[in-house]
Amino acid sequence: MIDLLTQLGKKTRYSFAKLGRSSFFLQQLLMGITDVLVRPQLLSKQLYSVGVLSFFLITISGLFVGMVLGLQGYYILSNFGADEALGVMVATSLVRELGPVVAALLFAGRAGSALTAEIGLMKATEQLSGMEMMAIDPIKRIVTPRFLAGFISLPLLTALFSSVGVLGGHLIGVSLLGVDEGSYWSQMQASLDVYDDILNGVIKSIVFGFVISWIALFEGYDAIPTSEGVSCATTRTVVNSAFAILGLDFILTALMFGDI
Amino acid sequence: MQHSIKQDTLVGLFIAVGIAALFFMAMQISNLSTFTKEDSYTISAAFENSGGLKIKSPVVVGGVRIGRVIAITLDQTKFQSIVTMKIESQYNKLPEDTTASIFTAGLLGEQYVSLDPGGLEDLLINNSVIDITQSAIVLEEIIGQFLFKSAETKE
Repeated sequence: MIDLLTQLGKKTRYSFAKLGRSSFFLQQLLMGITDVLVRPQLLSKQLYSVGVLSFFLITISGLFVGMVLGLQGYYILSNFGADEALGVMVATSLVRELGPVVAALLFAGRAGSALTAEIGLMKATEQLSGMEMMAIDPIKRIVTPRFLAGFISLPLLTALFSSVGVLGGHLIGVSLLGVDEGSYWSQMQASLDVYDDILNGVIKSIVFGFVISWIALFEGYDAIPTSEGVSCATTRTVVNSAFAILGLDFILTALMFGDI
Repeated sequence: MQHSIKQDTLVGLFIAVGIAALFFMAMQISNLSTFTKEDSYTISAAFENSGGLKIKSPVVVGGVRIGRVIAITLDQTKFQSIVTMKIESQYNKLPEDTTASIFTAGLLGEQYVSLDPGGLEDLLINNSVIDITQSAIVLEEIIGQFLFKSAETKE
């Protein structure tokens, strides 16, 4: 019994210590932003590996999600003779929820895990300590550019996801199933608001980009420097990012759309 | 670090496409292109019952949307609902004796304000009040009246 309590206390203390370390890490990381702005070359390289390489995954997933929404929405709405509202349904669900959440989950799997593995391996092979020996701050040089790249990329990728999804819904709904093209666009434009819907979706994606980059980089930096430790850290990145995305999505949705 | 022009170009392209997607969302998906912020004027109307009217409900004349409802408040002295509407300034030729009614689009559709222009020469200007109004039709009231009447006729 005492043993169990000791274990529990140890676990709790450990997780609080980790939270504290991650906050300190975030502060150090944000301090490095000015140094990155002086050398945009560092950022460009990371934008390539984090953003450009996720481009095809995100656009193709967005296309298919939009097509599925078009198909399912058409079958449900045509029961009520309301298939003109297909555009509203596809665009609202993509812009408000599916776009930010699915793009963030894909991004955590595609880019977040890669970031953790990269930083973790750098730590395991003592590249980070090597940099410190040369009086180069590894957080400013390695971590901050990756953080900014993730933070910038995800909102752009989310916008792409939603836009391509709406076009995918158009492809299925209008071109294949024969919903009227004019009402697809006009009903969508009439019921979606720039501030209430689009801007809130963008805010969600900015928050997700911040949180995913933070989790991924911290797990990598905090990984036990063995091959097993790095693999555990990579798994934790994906799991914790998924929890963070879905939990934050609920909170943000309640804040943004709760009072309507 | 090796400087790669191809990589920079791809990054630039990626950012450009991303921003283009944001613009696409703002312009094509949402109501930004039909947004009226500056060039509009407000009028209000007092209804006995504004039913299920909401903020942002459309205001139409002859089926054409000319504005939106921007506020619904309760007048505490007469216990009427004051509906404030924002009308696009290009539609500035509404006569002063225009009547306002609340209708429902379809059986289950959303409610909207319909303006029916009268014949006076004087025009509605900013902050004018429409005097002649017709309240929203509440379905339960009509069903109640109908049931009451059919019970009366049976006796």
